[in-house]
Amino acid sequence: MDYDSRTELYQQMILEHNKKPRNFHKIENATHTAEGYNPLCGDHINIYLQLKNDSIIDDISFIGDGCAISKASASMMTTALKGKTIEEANVLFDQFHKLIKGELVPERDKNALGKLTTFTGIWHFPARVKCASLCWHTMKGALNQVVKPVSTE
Amino acid sequence: MTTNTMTMSLNVTKIRQDFPNLHIQVHGKPLVYLDNAATTFKPKVVIDTILKHYQSGTSNVHRGIHYLSERATQDFETTREKVKDFINARKALEIIFTKGTTESINLVTNSYGRTFLQKGDEIIISGMEHHSNIVPWQILCEEKGCVLRVVPINDNGELIFGEFLKFLGPKTKLVSMVYVSNSLGTINPIKKVIEAAHRLKIPVLVDAAQAVSHIKVDVQDLDCDFLAFSGHKLFGPTGVGILYGKEELLEKMPPYQGGGDMIASVSFEKTTYNVLPHKFEAGTPNVADVIGLGAAIDYVQSIGLENIAEYEEELLAYGTKILKSILGLKLIGTAKHKASILSFILPSIHPHDLGTLVNEEGIAIRTGHHCTQPVMKRFNVPATARASLAFYNTKEELDRLVAAITKAKEIFSD
Repeated sequence: MDYDSRTELYQQMILEHNKKPRNFHKIENATHTAEGYNPLCGDHINIYLQLKNDSIIDDISFIGDGCAISKASASMMTTALKGKTIEEANVLFDQFHKLIKGELVPERDKNALGKLTTFTGIWHFPARVKCASLCWHTMKGALNQVVKPVSTE
Repeated sequence: MTTNTMTMSLNVTKIRQDFPNLHIQVHGKPLVYLDNAATTFKPKVVIDTILKHYQSGTSNVHRGIHYLSERATQDFETTREKVKDFINARKALEIIFTKGTTESINLVTNSYGRTFLQKGDEIIISGMEHHSNIVPWQILCEEKGCVLRVVPINDNGELIFGEFLKFLGPKTKLVSMVYVSNSLGTINPIKKVIEAAHRLKIPVLVDAAQAVSHIKVDVQDLDCDFLAFSGHKLFGPTGVGILYGKEELLEKMPPYQGGGDMIASVSFEKTTYNVLPHKFEAGTPNVADVIGLGAAIDYVQSIGLENIAEYEEELLAYGTKILKSILGLKLIGTAKHKASILSFILPSIHPHDLGTLVNEEGIAIRTGHHCTQPVMKRFNVPATARASLAFYNTKEELDRLVAAITKAKEIFSD
């Protein structure tokens, strides 16, 4: 990878979501919730979901503490998942994971990621992949009603 | 570069030529290596010594009577003598080879701890210990019903000595404490700690992992009962460490592991153990790296720890000054007596983001909890960025760190 594309990790969109995270609050009457923790970084996140008819994500939010990548990823994930069905969320989960592992190339492979493709190229920073994926694992944990903390380790 | 470094006590320009790894490029820029508390680079003489062993001296030790075995055994045991001299132990048999500080501490918890500690006994550590000097004791406490007592640290990251004195009592059976904190840089008043413990006849283990590369360590002067350190933080190879123990303590301790080399004779009815130090060295040891450590000690001795300490003190003062000039930067660990470790946080940038951004400039720092999660909790931070310096680092490299931090701040500003 050339030097220019390495610097693209901290794109404007990531910096902006880090500074002004969307859906950054607790949903008091959440139907599903989970806590995620990355012991390596100390990143900590709580995801709250409000499901409608057990199938549609009516509302989703997060609170937590972490690096810019983890915060921006959570903010963009909540934006992307609001209004989606669980099925659609699972598809996005899989596509996002392929993206951050470098297995999905947005220009080449059909996907529904939209703005989430901002995280393409993060696989060049192996130590940071978990920062981007913590919120997604936690979201999945919440959907599965996992009560105990989710860990990326 | 020469103008700055020549004014100090070492010829750093020349020293840097001894370390091949300093001269690589990272992302198209000359590497600045500021992660010496994690591991240090190895001088060429260490690399060559290991290479030579594998190319023309490969053999097991303490076994054969052939030429190679005799030579490897001699080189291996010569290193034991070098370590003895390096820390001023009374006898070479007080030097046990392990695979690192962690194993050295675990040897003491398993052998000494499980034999001599009982339910209700107390072990004292400090609030700035590395996980390797916390978890082995917790395992022991769980097994034996002992109690772990933790001496608090103040806002500068210094041991609160008065609290330590209050903890000492008839129930205290062991003190295990770090000499130099890996995440704060604090140099503990370890001699005073040992004196106070000895007044009550309590043995003290010193975790000297971060100390040996910065301070002249003299086990007779300190009068510590055990001392642990790793070769790879002393410009030697990974996979070799040292446990020093006073002879009379090591003598009464049972073996830590069973196997070859640690026995005098074996039968199915009765096995007798080998004498010190071999009693604690079961199995084929890490011959090549032990010999490599010998070369590292020779190298460090040739430069002189007094010179190293003097130079690093100047480097630390400079680093502290220029880091403090960065608006908002907060140093974590501001002890009066400090080794060349600079831990810090920035209000607007998480340490991991900073680590990634300075890495793009070719600079290696450590970010995270540094295996000292209780320290992070004490200072109410999830992680810190840490620049840890060695005698081959320069003021110019610290300038590059500051420039990289400034650039990162610009990226994260409005």
